[in-house]
Amino acid sequence: MFEAIAFYLFAFLTISMFYITVTTSQALYALTALAAGMIFISAFFFILGADFLGAIQIIVYTGAVMALYAFGMMFFDTTRAVKEKQGNKYIVVGMSTFAAILVVAIFAAPMLASNPTALYPIASDIGNTQAVGMVLFTKYLIPFELAAVMLLVAMIGGIVLAGKKMDLSLSVMSEADIDTLEENKKVLS
Amino acid sequence: MMEIGLNHYLILSTILFAIGLVGVMRRKNLLLLFFATEILLNSVNIAFAAISHYYGDLTGQMFAFFVIAIAASEVAIGLGLLIVWYKRHGNIDLDTLANMKG
Repeated sequence: MFEAIAFYLFAFLTISMFYITVTTSQALYALTALAAGMIFISAFFFILGADFLGAIQIIVYTGAVMALYAFGMMFFDTTRAVKEKQGNKYIVVGMSTFAAILVVAIFAAPMLASNPTALYPIASDIGNTQAVGMVLFTKYLIPFELAAVMLLVAMIGGIVLAGKKMDLSLSVMSEADIDTLEENKKVLS
Repeated sequence: MMEIGLNHYLILSTILFAIGLVGVMRRKNLLLLFFATEILLNSVNIAFAAISHYYGDLTGQMFAFFVIAIAASEVAIGLGLLIVWYKRHGNIDLDTLANMKG
């Protein structure tokens, strides 16, 4: 009963927030609506009993990713309204819906047909966080380490890409100045 | 109606994925295109968590964790590239990224 009420409430909220994100012409509205949608999605994880995943969703998505987007938007001109591609709206919506149904059907149909059994069943006597830790550090240890290396590479790449010449704005400099800078190997072209 | 099953979550995931695809198709601004890809990744995460719950298997949650890690690194690298492009050209519209056109 309460699960159904919570599901429909948060489904409505999430869909409306993401709808605002893809339709608004103001980048700041899109950012705030996306952050709210991420929070509402974590509610589904809590309903589904994936407590640790819900906490990670709030911390990583709304904490780290959204903060990074907010910092990134300080570089861009976000007060200007965004121009949109003027295509046929019905073709876009129809193709998107078709593609989404196709993706879900491709992944769900073999699963429903073969009636799978759980490889790593959720132990009932321990909490979700402990169960996640036990599976993550035994069966998924190598992917976990690879993800750690990938995050390190992403961090170094982000620093190298965004951190160069923070005091200069290449968009207001003349081309000749940029060329002399590039000859001195001081800027990433 | 009142009993929430796996199909409810899969339908919700489909709707969110469609919204994200609409965003990917009609957005011209690269930053808002990134927002649409975040919606795609999140809708898949919902499906993973729901399947993990209804089959009693933790593998779905594991995959959701790795999807979140990939999303975080994608944002770091993509935003860095976007900042470099914006410093150089003054806008981040997709139509201006055509300087490799013959």
